Amino acid sequence: MKNTRHLSFSVNGEAKEFLVAPDEKLLDLLRREGLTGTKHGCGTGSCGSCTVIMDGKTVYSCILYAFQAEGRAIETIEGVGDFDNPHPLQTALVEEGAVQCGFCIPGIVLSAKALLAEIPQPTDAELKVYMDGNLCRCTGYEKIEVALHKVIAAGSCGGAK
Amino acid sequence: MNVKDLKVVNKSVVKIDSMSLALGKPSYVADFKPADTLYVKMLWSPHAHARIVSIDISAAEKMPGVKAVLYHGNVPRVAHCTAGQGYPEPSPYDTFMFDTKVRYVGDRVAAVAAETLEQAEAALKAIKVEYEVLKPVLSIDEAFAEGAPIIHDEPDATIPIPVPYEPLKNLVAHISMEVGSLDKGLAEADFQFDRTYETQYAQHTPIEAYVAQAYLDPRGRIVIVTSTQVPFHCRRIVAQCLQIPVQQIRVIKPRIGGGFGSKQEVLLEDVVAMLTLRTKRPVFWEFTREENFRTGRTRHPIRIRLRMGVKKDGRITAFGMEATSNTGAYGGHGLTVIGCCGSKVLPLYRADNIAFLGKVAYTNMPVSGAYRGFGATQAFFAAESLMDEMAEAIGMDPVEFRKLNHIRSGEGSPVFEALGEGKKGVPMTIGSCALADCIAIGAKEIDWSRRTPWRSKTGRYRRGLGMCCLMQGSSVPEVDMGAASIKMNEDGSFNLLIGATDLGTGSDTVLGQIAAEAIGTTIDKMIVYSSDTDFTPFDVGAYASSTTYLSGEAARKAGAKVKLQILNTAAEMLHLPVSELDTAEGWAFSQDGQHKLSFSEISLYSLYQKNQYQIMDTASHITHKSPPPFSAHYVEIEVDTWTGAVQVLNYVAAVDCGTAINPKLAEGQTEGGVLNGISYALTEEYLFNAKGKMINANLTDYHIFSMRDKPPIKAILVPSYEETGPYGAKSVSEICINGAMPAIANAIHNATGARLYTTPFTPEKVWRAIQAL
Repeated sequence: MKNTRHLSFSVNGEAKEFLVAPDEKLLDLLRREGLTGTKHGCGTGSCGSCTVIMDGKTVYSCILYAFQAEGRAIETIEGVGDFDNPHPLQTALVEEGAVQCGFCIPGIVLSAKALLAEIPQPTDAELKVYMDGNLCRCTGYEKIEVALHKVIAAGSCGGAK
Repeated sequence: MNVKDLKVVNKSVVKIDSMSLALGKPSYVADFKPADTLYVKMLWSPHAHARIVSIDISAAEKMPGVKAVLYHGNVPRVAHCTAGQGYPEPSPYDTFMFDTKVRYVGDRVAAVAAETLEQAEAALKAIKVEYEVLKPVLSIDEAFAEGAPIIHDEPDATIPIPVPYEPLKNLVAHISMEVGSLDKGLAEADFQFDRTYETQYAQHTPIEAYVAQAYLDPRGRIVIVTSTQVPFHCRRIVAQCLQIPVQQIRVIKPRIGGGFGSKQEVLLEDVVAMLTLRTKRPVFWEFTREENFRTGRTRHPIRIRLRMGVKKDGRITAFGMEATSNTGAYGGHGLTVIGCCGSKVLPLYRADNIAFLGKVAYTNMPVSGAYRGFGATQAFFAAESLMDEMAEAIGMDPVEFRKLNHIRSGEGSPVFEALGEGKKGVPMTIGSCALADCIAIGAKEIDWSRRTPWRSKTGRYRRGLGMCCLMQGSSVPEVDMGAASIKMNEDGSFNLLIGATDLGTGSDTVLGQIAAEAIGTTIDKMIVYSSDTDFTPFDVGAYASSTTYLSGEAARKAGAKVKLQILNTAAEMLHLPVSELDTAEGWAFSQDGQHKLSFSEISLYSLYQKNQYQIMDTASHITHKSPPPFSAHYVEIEVDTWTGAVQVLNYVAAVDCGTAINPKLAEGQTEGGVLNGISYALTEEYLFNAKGKMINANLTDYHIFSMRDKPPIKAILVPSYEETGPYGAKSVSEICINGAMPAIANAIHNATGARLYTTPFTPEKVWRAIQAL
């Protein structure tokens, strides 16, 4: 591989080492590492399907160079819940029928998770502003909003994590 | 059938794939790249119209990592149609894998497969192409002008069905009908109207772009894994393009990231299949978002002239529509979309004199195709705008005017028989119709009674209420076919195998519910597998609002046949007549309550114990009707008269989709379609430079609505029972996208007095219309 260099950062709590090209995007690195829950939708940071959490803040991994993650803590959808123990956001989205094609949903989950860690009881306006970067073409966001409000009302994932 | 007695249908069971998707499990085409995959990049035409004088791929072939280069000189020349429709298609064969001519910015020139994406990209730059640039045709008027450049001058462009097709005149299709006399109807009217409406280029923009991969299985067959709405048509079309038997191809559709009609098209699969055949390697091709906009399919821009007449008492005497569409460089879906402008819109209101004229133009612009709503979207903007104008002219409330004229249960329309898909239609009498309820419920929800005339409104910010009525269809009658197979397992679970294609709509869940209901079991016992041409029976695919109604009935019939086998085996085991037995929730039982057997016991008996056989069956279904769902949409907006900005404050969609198989999913279809419609009405449009190149081919400059942009949307399911559908169901997915444009146009008029005839309703357009008052 051309001009590759070693890089280390943590993914879902596990310290990892990678060999990356200087122009490789974080999204492409994650996907080639098998973390395919992070999606490629636009490549320009416009749709949010590539959203991951870096040191507690959401970032668009399709426009972030992999080396920009050096030394950071990256959280992807693979680190959030599983069949036996889904995250309350995942449960709510599923129960409310908010998952249609599902392509945007990992990004929606991560954005909402980062929001609720920062503001456990967001106002409707705060919620809408925070979620503005995650596009969904299937649902009209109606059931996504219902699901998020349900989680907020239950207070089941507030507080920093 | 009493819907209240249903156990699985009409229940909002959880969508069966939703948790795996929410967890981010590998599900989509790009999540399954085999090792050793080659990557594809395409050299696209920079010109709207040009001849390829020469092309030299020799340097590109020698570039590092390059394994194959395709261009017109080294692939079969097979005229075909990329639209995934039934066979023979009601669309021209005007497309070639690669051609010596390019017909729009973004047309194919040459494809490279290389070890990495970067190597493929680098190789594109080494392909030397000399173009003879031709004058482009950039509008409907230019296409039909005297002496216009001919876009399809190749002699091998033909249409496989006997309908008018005149490529030398840039004419893709021409259809007409008249019942009664439009002129007579107009003469009888107290008020006559002649209005022309124009709609814009827009795109589906599923969040997952077009993507496909191909590889050879151990026996050398081509396996195509693709984000498609039409796996079976895809297999047939790829076989045609590669000139190989259908037998050599397997198409698999995994989960896909949205379609909305865009993926009812074979745009990548022929290339990945050919490259796999050439290189014997797996091949992967994913469009960038820019490619998705430029080369992917769009909604037809359509010019619609309406001539209507109305009596003072509110009776419509004449309903005439002339629709002319721009289908772009290739003609797939041209004829059928223009036909639906008439067939899905004209029957909604009674009129003795009805005329329709549809024309489709080739241009050197992006290629239009199937898009949710399919012609009805554009034509309802025109028709429902004019309905409001007519109501105002006769001094009648728009709601009352529609209530007076709309079609009812037991009535037919001559349009159903006159307009089919490239042939005569099928006569139809409306069965279920709860439109009157939709109108009343929606009016109450939005509080229509507070609507005041626009002349009474003053100030910078003015609010308005608007509404419209809609109908669609459910499948293409006597054309579309869907099939289902069901097989029983030892633990009483069932494999439901369906050709039907879930593109995120939830059809796997809905069909699973229908089959479970018919068998007498629970949804958790259904293992649904769909859209694999090697393993599932045939289905036309996800289009024409057909899956729930058509494939759903196939699933119900297959379920009923399997239930009968279960009962026969239970009867043998219990020494009771079949007539005394029934099933429910995974049990067979005697109606006197004395005996019962679990499905697991029955299955174990049938597989291992006596008179062994596999409990399984299959069923196919075609329809003789296309029962319309009906809907009434209401919207409240606020217009900033200083800037022309329109804000949607509140939206209500009351929809009669028959029995909702899964109410939450039906609501989700409606809410999603409505927001897509609002976004289309207010902001979405392709912008072009003077040479026909789209200049906003990204998701920042082509804005689709976000959660922040959305208004509250209330979807209300209004029940009816369609006797011909599975458990009373009709379609729901397409109708809901058609209402926002006319309802908002009517609300803008109610707020300001301005009437908009061209779309989208951008601030500038609204402001100018207000200034012109």
